[in-house]
Amino acid sequence: MKNLVDLEKKINSELASKIKKTEIKHNQIYIEIEKEDLIDVTLFLKTNNYTKFRQLIDITVVDHPEESQRFKIVYLFLSHEFNQRIILNYFISENEVISSLTSIFPSANWMEREVFDMYGVNFKDHPDLRRILTDYGFEGHPLRKDFPLTGNSEVRYSEDQKKVINEPVKLEQNYRNFDYESPWEGTKYIKDIKETNDKKN
Amino acid sequence: MTKKIKNLNLNFGPQHPAAHGVLRLILELDGEVVEKADPHIGLLHRGTEKLIENKTYMQAVPYFDRLDYVAPMNQEHAFALAIEKILEIDVPIRAQFIRVMFCEIGRILSHILNVTTQALDVGALTPSLWGFEERETLMSFYERASGSRLHANYFRAGGVHQDLPAGLENDIAKFCENFPKIINDLENLLTDNRIFKQRNVDIGIVTKEDALDYSFSGVMIRGSGVPWDLRKSQPYDCYDQLEFKIPVGKNGDCYDRYLCRIEEMKESVSIINQCLEKMEKGPIKTFDGKISPPSKKEIKQSMEALIHHFKLFTEGYRVPKDEIYTAVEAPKGEFGVYLISDGSSKPYKCKIRAPGFSHLQSMDYLIRGHMLADVPAVLGSLDIVFGEVDR
Repeated sequence: MKNLVDLEKKINSELASKIKKTEIKHNQIYIEIEKEDLIDVTLFLKTNNYTKFRQLIDITVVDHPEESQRFKIVYLFLSHEFNQRIILNYFISENEVISSLTSIFPSANWMEREVFDMYGVNFKDHPDLRRILTDYGFEGHPLRKDFPLTGNSEVRYSEDQKKVINEPVKLEQNYRNFDYESPWEGTKYIKDIKETNDKKN
Repeated sequence: MTKKIKNLNLNFGPQHPAAHGVLRLILELDGEVVEKADPHIGLLHRGTEKLIENKTYMQAVPYFDRLDYVAPMNQEHAFALAIEKILEIDVPIRAQFIRVMFCEIGRILSHILNVTTQALDVGALTPSLWGFEERETLMSFYERASGSRLHANYFRAGGVHQDLPAGLENDIAKFCENFPKIINDLENLLTDNRIFKQRNVDIGIVTKEDALDYSFSGVMIRGSGVPWDLRKSQPYDCYDQLEFKIPVGKNGDCYDRYLCRIEEMKESVSIINQCLEKMEKGPIKTFDGKISPPSKKEIKQSMEALIHHFKLFTEGYRVPKDEIYTAVEAPKGEFGVYLISDGSSKPYKCKIRAPGFSHLQSMDYLIRGHMLADVPAVLGSLDIVFGEVDR
């Protein structure tokens, strides 16, 4: 469907029980679903004649370590026919296993491997779940918010052992994160006073 | 008596001239026929996304140059557009033309490199020698506008860093006059060349369906006959004011993709010409002092400008809480930025969608059943740059 509002209505009516929330923002539809409904919703979006979201653009995760449902899994779809984009998401907690999209979109293979590598989210029914971007034998999941920016280990050539070795990161100076965020919010209070004065007048 | 034959496992790369960077490809061979290909990537992984989360929005721009380092400004464009959409700022028209012009220069840069190195991979040396001369000229335009040949750091949210220096527009126009001749020369060498055709025609065929399923974009999907280009379908900046055609392939093989790239270069030249014609003098970045830094002259005279300057280069500008995906048509395909801002001056998350990642992923599907000698040809036509695949 070419019209975004119609498309949103269509999805809402067809998948009523499976959709938690929809929103139109920046010319894209944002949909929140339940974890269990992923395969059904994706199949519907891909095959239905009114949606035809036939391309999976990307899969990614947003990490909110302070919340109980820590990971927000995000799927981006594109429909060439109707020139629309959809952003699908749901929340899971740390050790949950989610279903893989590889049977519907072969391109999900590496995207899910990347998610597994970077965030440590596990997929069931994935044909080949290995690390992809990090080094062989790497430990930890770099894009989690609690993973340090400097990493945990560093690689160097050891002259004594005559080989490349892995050792814990030693920094001459700690990574300094300057906090420039101002403690005061500019001149907001002056505006407030002005507004209240205006009201009085 | 029967003899058992074992398949041969061949390690292609990570240091191989035809691997276009640091790709380690494990090939399972039955004689000379490839049975399976398993690309190992990540040898150039630098943790760009993690680094961007720890930098202000302005400091994050240079990281985008280092993704697809063959066409740096196209990447910056996606990031700048994402911020602009969240902040809802209008970009002055001159800045839009400058950005589009440099994106098209980037497209030519990337396509020259790809076409000529693909020729190199299948045995032709001359095209790369001729092509690189032109790349050098184009990179000198980059240098004159931004100060550096490759890592430009030129686009900003709300415009570009500074105006074009005097004379640059004329020189680009002159280049556009001469360049079609060079494309013709390249075509004379390659298009009807018997060896080049033998190595590329009917190699690495992608059907329409598979191109969609494997998340192909850019030339990879157009080569298979899908007329899809984000510059036309979801125009950004001033692309809707420009006239250009989208070349589409027929067979979806390496040769069609080569032809698409050649045609796209010609279209890019025409886009650059149109930009030069339509460009008028005017501001090159938004006037909002909370987002774009003041000029040196203003800092000397205005207290407000001085404060703005100080705040912008320490704290940076803040971006309200939002979530957005923006994509641009980079030379290699759809390059997207999925940006999540949390109201502070640093992105909460910035996922980079690189076209090369999904293209390389299909290597196994593309090469299965082909000969070992076709591996470089297919790899060349995928147009892989490891800066963006590994991020």
